[in-house]
Amino acid sequence: MATSEVAPDVSPAKAYPDAPAIRFENVSIGFEGKPVLENISFELKRGETRILLGPAGVGKSVLLKLANGLIKPDFGRIFVFGFEVSAMRDQDLYRLRENIGTVFQEGALFDSLTVRDNVGFRLAEDHVPDDEIDSRVTEALRFVELEHTLYKFPSELSGGMRRRVAIARAVVSRPELILYDSPTGGLDPITSTTIIQLVMKQRDVSKSSSLVVTHRLQDAFMLATHHFNSKTNQMDQLPSNMADPQTSFLVLHLGKLVFDGSTHDLVHSDDPFIREYLS
Amino acid sequence: MPLATLDTAAKRGASAVQRYSLLSARAVGNIFRRPFYGAEIITQMDSIGVGSIPIVILTGFFTGGVLALQSASTLAQFGATAVTGQLVSLSMVKELGPVLTSLMVSGRNASGMASELGSMVVTEQIDAMRALGTDPLKKLVMPRLVATIVMLFFLTIISDAVGILGGAAVAVSLLGQNASQYFHSAYQTLMYADVLQGLVKPLFFGFIISTIGCYFGMNTRGGTQGVGKSTTQAVVASSVLIIATDFLISKFMIGIFGR
Repeated sequence: MATSEVAPDVSPAKAYPDAPAIRFENVSIGFEGKPVLENISFELKRGETRILLGPAGVGKSVLLKLANGLIKPDFGRIFVFGFEVSAMRDQDLYRLRENIGTVFQEGALFDSLTVRDNVGFRLAEDHVPDDEIDSRVTEALRFVELEHTLYKFPSELSGGMRRRVAIARAVVSRPELILYDSPTGGLDPITSTTIIQLVMKQRDVSKSSSLVVTHRLQDAFMLATHHFNSKTNQMDQLPSNMADPQTSFLVLHLGKLVFDGSTHDLVHSDDPFIREYLS
Repeated sequence: MPLATLDTAAKRGASAVQRYSLLSARAVGNIFRRPFYGAEIITQMDSIGVGSIPIVILTGFFTGGVLALQSASTLAQFGATAVTGQLVSLSMVKELGPVLTSLMVSGRNASGMASELGSMVVTEQIDAMRALGTDPLKKLVMPRLVATIVMLFFLTIISDAVGILGGAAVAVSLLGQNASQYFHSAYQTLMYADVLQGLVKPLFFGFIISTIGCYFGMNTRGGTQGVGKSTTQAVVASSVLIIATDFLISKFMIGIFGR
């Protein structure tokens, strides 16, 4: 069923509609002889949001880069939309990535391009007409409430604004899967809440699948216990003891996946590391 | 222990050569693959070629001038000052024009490429480009390769011409030689093989400058300090390779044409 070749006339995300958005099968990787991730297996179903928790330096960003095919595993197989990214040629990977949005840790905006050109980068690469690029970029920037920054350069924006532009760049092509690499890392609590609200808005309004890497518990639990109200344009807390059923957790510790389950299971876990991590 | 260090160094060297060869081969292959980044090539031609014209003119002019100055005093001992033009034009067209122009362009552009691409690597912009579905080797490396090869060819021609003019300025105004005689001897001595040798070299040197600059840039590690290190390494490696390759091409061409 799964393959490593992308047919030229089919959107990769629609080629295997029953396949999960992401599947890791016994994936291991190490650098300079030191293991970073060991025997990682999990699945992200379409429309789901999975929050990857773990202390800093445990390999969360590496896992995200593996999912995007930016690096290859030493062992194991990785599937995205049913395509085996761990065995794909570069040109097929570039086509598959058209259906994946990625928000990097520090935003990774192109510093020599304006906000308009950053957000519209993929559209310009696809030779979309300028008028359409303008309208779609404005729409994406309106989503992150930054439409007034169209002709500014990244250096003229604050850290939080840069992160919001990065989210706009990730969602402008309406991808089926979004990978967030510590979207709130290094930001103040108020800006972090704004960013989490945008992640939530993307989850609840666009219904895309997402893998969110973070080491901030408050952000993770806010995502799990709130939903976005599109009428008030605000996030609302779910009734007590309720969590978003489409949002679940993964926890990494010392390169191994020590938890894979729901919010309820996480808070009631008996694992000593998880209890200590959550306390 | 020293053997283990030697072993690691050899492996690292072999891996670097492998990665450099792979990057160069992919950059060349990308010239023939769609999409073709024509606008990026023009931008790079402007930055690398047009931007280098002032330093190439200055270097060429003063090299030709000093060549005339130094050679005239030696030639005067044999009563052969009439061949000053011949000496300047042959030296400029066959050796100094291509080599000095390449070294100047290397100092200016190999460093620029390494620092620009290196900064993009350490700030994850290269990863972001790949994640957005664009091949950085196609969008960033291929245009720099094409632009450097094409523009270095023309810059060398400019340098040769300006160098001969610089020699003429010194020979006529400082050494009191006849301008007509200088240009006549400069022109008459040049043969097809000399011109060909002088124009083949910049094609190889352009390839070296761009691929070395991009290689060190794309393999930058370690933040801003790493960017500085890559920049230095790019200039040193490309300069040494240019001079070594110049020897090999000269030997090869002399072997074919006999001069």
